[in-house]
Amino acid sequence: MIRDPKDLKRYEPKERANHWVVGISFILLALSGLAFFHPAFFPLTQLFGGPTWARIIHPYLGVLMAVSFLGLFIRFKHLNKMTPADKEWLAKAKNMVDGNDHDMPEQGKYNGGQKVMFWALAVCMLLMTVSGLFIWRAWFGFDITLVRLGAVVHAAAGAVMIALIMVHVYAAIWVKGTIRAMWYGTVTRAWAKQHHRGWYRQVTGK
Amino acid sequence: MALQSLDIKQRSATTTPSTHVRETIEIAKLIDVSACIGCKACQVACSEWNDIRDEVGNCHGVYDNPMDLSAKSWTVMRYTEVEQNNKLEWLIRKDGCMHCADPGCLKACPAPGAIIQYSNGIVDFHQENCIGCGYCVTGCPFNVPRISKEDSKAYKCSLCSDRVAVNQAPACAKACPTGAIQFGSKEDMKDYAAKRVEDLKERGYDQAGLYDPQGVGGTHVMYVLHHADKPNLYAGLPENPSISPLVSLWKGFAKPLATLALAGVALGSLFHYVTKGPNEVSKEIEDEIEAEDKEEAK
Repeated sequence: MIRDPKDLKRYEPKERANHWVVGISFILLALSGLAFFHPAFFPLTQLFGGPTWARIIHPYLGVLMAVSFLGLFIRFKHLNKMTPADKEWLAKAKNMVDGNDHDMPEQGKYNGGQKVMFWALAVCMLLMTVSGLFIWRAWFGFDITLVRLGAVVHAAAGAVMIALIMVHVYAAIWVKGTIRAMWYGTVTRAWAKQHHRGWYRQVTGK
Repeated sequence: MALQSLDIKQRSATTTPSTHVRETIEIAKLIDVSACIGCKACQVACSEWNDIRDEVGNCHGVYDNPMDLSAKSWTVMRYTEVEQNNKLEWLIRKDGCMHCADPGCLKACPAPGAIIQYSNGIVDFHQENCIGCGYCVTGCPFNVPRISKEDSKAYKCSLCSDRVAVNQAPACAKACPTGAIQFGSKEDMKDYAAKRVEDLKERGYDQAGLYDPQGVGGTHVMYVLHHADKPNLYAGLPENPSISPLVSLWKGFAKPLATLALAGVALGSLFHYVTKGPNEVSKEIEDEIEAEDKEEAK
């Protein structure tokens, strides 16, 4: 039952499914990856059937995330081109975080912050995938310097990515009416008018 | 197990002190390369005592057999022919774990208790705790640990920790027919090495010396080399081995800091929510939309 037939469609079912494949694989990767990141997190390996299973599974989940993220990247990259309005938005982002979004510039489907998140995650994904292959000993035997470099980059990019995803998830929780876009694809017109007025005009013609 | 666990200096992926109420003396194995005849009795003794049988390989046209360390060959003789001072020299080095005082393998290992350093200096792999990630290989400055193709666990020389625990010399030292492998306290081994070096110098090897590289805090397997100034001659023995700066960066202070930073982001988000409140759709805009709908309905 649709509460309001005039709600705006923000994501297609295919896009949502793609997003959740990335999301689920990311969560599993973060939990198993943290276990090898620092001894404090080692007990997390128990979620994966023990430490050896966690070590076996982790890289395969990585392949799944890399492939599914590539899908998201291709779907959304044209919507994430930076514009002067995005830069203005970013310059004023502090006001937004402080809870005052009255004088933010009009935004299209994505605001400057979301676009920065998109590109930062894309870079992290690339670094994680390449460095991950370097240290995947079950299949590969790269030169020791590459393996060492891979280990450093994998740990660093992993930590950055976990921080980015925490911000991504928190932003969705903080901005009320957002999460439903990723569950069932729609947002209210009021939500769109407030947060993405450019997109609101584009899809409603108002 | 109980007695054995009383003198642990370091344990992999463990951030609290290990049980080290009991202090044992530091031991060392001294390999006098100048006295080695390359008979491989040490390789056989290692295989015998540890009851591991590597595959009988093929002859590669050189004396080295097997050609490299493996999960089942914890020590191998490496034969090098070099020309020094216009003379052919046949250098034979028994390769294997050096039992570093600052072990790169232990530093890199993410599995608690998979690598143990005893207070006597032995660095031992406890395979039942090994998860098979190969980080020990990444951390080792001597390229020693090997991952088994059968069980994906890491293996290397244990310096016969089981024999040493009951005051026996390692199997290789016991078997060596020329006394090229000596075993005892690290101090005694250094004294013995000094005598050997003196003797070699008298015989014209001006650069003879002890290989006990300080970059890894010294090792518990040391070599007497006739050309201590050129360890590379001996099948690529590293000149100044140390834990790679990349490994130190990877396993150093950055990770606890990153962990704190992640906790900061999580807590920062929570406190942002409870101090600033959620970002709701304003009543004003909802009213505007409602008014538009009413207008259209007319």
